[in-house]
Amino acid sequence: MIQGITIYELLTVTSILFFIGIYGFITRKNLISILISVELILNASVINFVIINKYLYPDVLQGVVFSIFIIAVAAAETALAVSIIINLYRQISSVEVKDIETMKY
Amino acid sequence: MNYTYILLILLIPLAVFLLLGLFNKKIKPAISGYIGVFGLLTTTVFSFYTAFQYFFVAGKVDGAFPVLGQKTVWMNFTESLHIDMGFLIDPISVMMLIVVSTISLMVHIYSRGYMKGDEGYTKFFAFLSLFTFSMYGLVLATNLFQIYIFWELVGVSSYLLIGYYYTKESAVAAAKKAFIVTRFADLGFLIGILIVGYYTGTYDFETLNNPEGSPILNWAATSFMGLSVLTWGLILIFIGGAGKSAMFPLHIWLPDAMEGPTPVSALIHAATMVVAGVFLVARLFPMFYFVEDGFALQIVAFVGAFSSLFAAIIALTQTDIKRVLAFSTMSQLGYMMLALGVSGYDGHDGLGYMASMFHLFTHAMFKALLFLCAGSVIHAIHSNYLKDMGGLRKYMPITNITFLVAALAISGVPPFAGFWSKDEILAAAFEHNKLLYAVGIIVAGLTAFYIFRIYFGIFWGKDRQYEHTPKESPISMTFPLIILAILSATVGFIPFPDFISPDRMGFEAHLNVPLALTAVIVGFLGILLAWIFYKKETDLATKVTQQLGVFYTWTFNKFYFDELYLYITKNILFKGVATSAAWFDRNVVDATINAIGNSTVGVSKKIKGLQSGRVQDYALAFVTGVVVLALVFIYIWTI
Repeated sequence: MIQGITIYELLTVTSILFFIGIYGFITRKNLISILISVELILNASVINFVIINKYLYPDVLQGVVFSIFIIAVAAAETALAVSIIINLYRQISSVEVKDIETMKY
Repeated sequence: MNYTYILLILLIPLAVFLLLGLFNKKIKPAISGYIGVFGLLTTTVFSFYTAFQYFFVAGKVDGAFPVLGQKTVWMNFTESLHIDMGFLIDPISVMMLIVVSTISLMVHIYSRGYMKGDEGYTKFFAFLSLFTFSMYGLVLATNLFQIYIFWELVGVSSYLLIGYYYTKESAVAAAKKAFIVTRFADLGFLIGILIVGYYTGTYDFETLNNPEGSPILNWAATSFMGLSVLTWGLILIFIGGAGKSAMFPLHIWLPDAMEGPTPVSALIHAATMVVAGVFLVARLFPMFYFVEDGFALQIVAFVGAFSSLFAAIIALTQTDIKRVLAFSTMSQLGYMMLALGVSGYDGHDGLGYMASMFHLFTHAMFKALLFLCAGSVIHAIHSNYLKDMGGLRKYMPITNITFLVAALAISGVPPFAGFWSKDEILAAAFEHNKLLYAVGIIVAGLTAFYIFRIYFGIFWGKDRQYEHTPKESPISMTFPLIILAILSATVGFIPFPDFISPDRMGFEAHLNVPLALTAVIVGFLGILLAWIFYKKETDLATKVTQQLGVFYTWTFNKFYFDELYLYITKNILFKGVATSAAWFDRNVVDATINAIGNSTVGVSKKIKGLQSGRVQDYALAFVTGVVVLALVFIYIWTI
């Protein structure tokens, strides 16, 4: 519980963060940028975990512990994504999204 | 009295069929012949034992022969409507057991000689056993569906045996023809069964045939196009019977069926299977008689009379002896139908029914004998045609005598069997309808003429140039001939009216002397005419045929019925119906399906652009969807 700040203000911040991530995911052309956007979405949800834990159940720590889990998994996921991007770069010498659309029909 | 052993009569031929059929190649021909004959001998003993028990030991109960039997429910539709399996013992089924077993045994013995050295010897006996099994099943059936099952089984065995020489094109065509024509008739039979079953609520013969039972009493309950539905059902059932019994106009398969081996013609196409139609009408006789006051029975009588006359006329001119006999069979079957058609129900009125069964019995004996004699002749000189025969009495004395006995029997010369049964038929027809009687008496004369025409043609006249001197057939073939000749001469003395009548009570029948005398005189006239024309080969016959001109050509070509049917099937069915049906199938049915497929392909071509392959497009669509859904839910929630 932080004095002078309500849960709505904090949730507004994380929502903004979340939609920035979504916007970036949709509009960015570079795979690395998309990855960063995904991370932003992820971080928004992690912060939500902490906030909700803090404001609704101040006596327990599950939300905080869970957020640490998520950070760990996100790190692994990022490593995987980066390795895929590197492999892709080796194949087609590009990390642009428009060059990877052979999966259509 | 326990009749459960009757199941053995059914099962033994079936077992023989399976044994010979499955181990076709492993069994030596000599042994398979013995297996077949022995199996049949057992069932013959059982059949005679049954007849003895039924008619003499057990006898009448309350003045009538009882209807016995056992059955078990096989398929259950409703409480009252179910199909049973079992066997039914009444006077006509016992009589048919005797006919089938006797003729079948004789033909089995005969076949051992006739088919000797044939490649498919074992197969032949297997088929014969299959046929015998089916025929026993048919006569012992307890209900319409059971009789229908065995009805088709005899059809199949007939098909197999007509096409026995399957390398011969004509035999294959004849087998197909027989199968298709009888199938066509069986369609009528099946519809008839369904109609009768639907409107009476039972398939069981005992219930259907009870004169006081609800099926007969309530015949007028439902009508269709001015007739009771039951009459329609019975007419359709009669169409099935007419197909099997080669009644006009479904007769075209019977002459062609002569492509089969001669013993088969004797067994199936003369003595047993072809009388199934007559038996069917006799089986349902109380229904035929009481429903609509015997309207369907009138049809039976006239169809029978017409077929009888029609076939007798054709038989006059045929040159293939087996075909003469085939048309003769058709003519005699018409006689039996006629007799059934003019019969009443109670007491002495049941004369026609009794006469029909009597004639069925005697006809089976002498017609089987005629065929077996013809087989013996064909065996000796390897030809079916009269022009290749003549003067054979010197070479084949036994065949000559036995053929003569059979010919006298079919001509109605006393005291041979045919005289007694034919006389009863004519007496019944005379009491009922003078026109039918006139047809009967004409046919009697024609019969005597055509049968003696081939008799003189085969055994008298001049010798032909034979490749090697014809000699009498072996003992295995002459033995059945002799037995059947004795039977043909004597079975007429069996007091049939005591045993067989529609109400199963039996009645007194007396020889109607004036009628009998007329028939005999007409018969003798026929024989005399044949004697004048054919005893010594003169050109008299040729002159007369020239006089007759067109009529002769018409009869010789069987009134062009085969051609007519061919015309109908080719030009009307194939060209008219089949072509338009094919057009409909291609341009409407197929086109609809194709249109559905094509439109699916077209639409998918149009919309496949949506699948761009760009992940971000998908993500955008996904997010938009979520947002829209979220707004919708929030909106609903706030209300």
